[in-house]
Amino acid sequence: MSFIDWIRQPWPWYVAGPLIGLTVPLLLILGNKTFGISSTLRHVCAAVIPANVSFFQYEWKKELWNLLFVAGVLIGGFLVALFLSDPQPVQINPKLAEELSSYGISNYQSLVPVEVFNWPALLTARGLILMVAGGFLVGFGTRYAGGCTSGHAIMGLSNLQLPSLVATISFMAGGFIFANLVIPIIMKL
Amino acid sequence: MTNVEVYPKTKNINTDFETRSLDSSDFSVGQEEKPSWHMIKYLVAGILFGIILVKSEVISWFRIQEMFRLQSFHMFGVIGSAIVVGMISIFLIKKFNIKTVSGEKISLPKKTFHKGQIYGGLIFGFGWAMTGACPGPLYAQIGNGATVVVVSLLSAVAGTWVYGYLSDKLP
Repeated sequence: MSFIDWIRQPWPWYVAGPLIGLTVPLLLILGNKTFGISSTLRHVCAAVIPANVSFFQYEWKKELWNLLFVAGVLIGGFLVALFLSDPQPVQINPKLAEELSSYGISNYQSLVPVEVFNWPALLTARGLILMVAGGFLVGFGTRYAGGCTSGHAIMGLSNLQLPSLVATISFMAGGFIFANLVIPIIMKL
Repeated sequence: MTNVEVYPKTKNINTDFETRSLDSSDFSVGQEEKPSWHMIKYLVAGILFGIILVKSEVISWFRIQEMFRLQSFHMFGVIGSAIVVGMISIFLIKKFNIKTVSGEKISLPKKTFHKGQIYGGLIFGFGWAMTGACPGPLYAQIGNGATVVVVSLLSAVAGTWVYGYLSDKLP
């Protein structure tokens, strides 16, 4: 197996997790920046539609590094699609596959189910709820909580912040409840 | 905030030395005193981070559904080991008083507790289960070719805006 084929395979958690963890000291050492991604959504609001809302009155230009970081994340995703994508379908737990097949999902070629996440699906109740309402809740909830998986779970817990533990438990609980009780209903729409 | 602009704006020199609100880590605490092209390092860091997110399939809707159904250890392994490595890193930074590349003391913002961490956390959890993406993966999914996720991202910006608009009235 060539190096490129080897690196194209999905990376195991014990490789990816520590690399993600190293982002914390990397950003601190590069320029005293605290790892956090959902804050970029706030900076976008502050830059584009501040509309006299006091929450968006700050010098967003100082947080340009954060916007550059997420621009990088987007480019990173593109580079993987160009050079490093795994030709194999996503391997998932057979139980999940069975559940998803009852919703008409059987294509695992992409990292997101293409039957649900596509442009025409925006006109269906299922697609509209998952993509539009889901996105809205991600934006609203992360800012209300003051951070997301990166800012609270990874950065906050690494720095032993108790409020971050509360937030992490809350969003994991929210996900468990929703994925098990509500997602099955939405998926059948 | 004292905004005395004594330097030309184009130089991106920080003139605001006032301590930022301590309960928020949305803002940079460090002083960026280098010319703006140095900022490219954050773009490079983001590219590496994005590649890791995609290759570990953390951006996969399927992996998130597995995580919330306790059907796979993968996501717990990723997040758990990231926290452990982050913790050890911060411990070492504090113990050896490691400075930034420009010799500045590293400052770590403290978070203060408020009910939003519970309510907002739950709401974010709902959204995470729906989109299969927390904010980082939203960007990575778009780059990776799921262009429709642009709609989710714009919706997330709208959600953030609505939160900002309502923030004074929420518990």
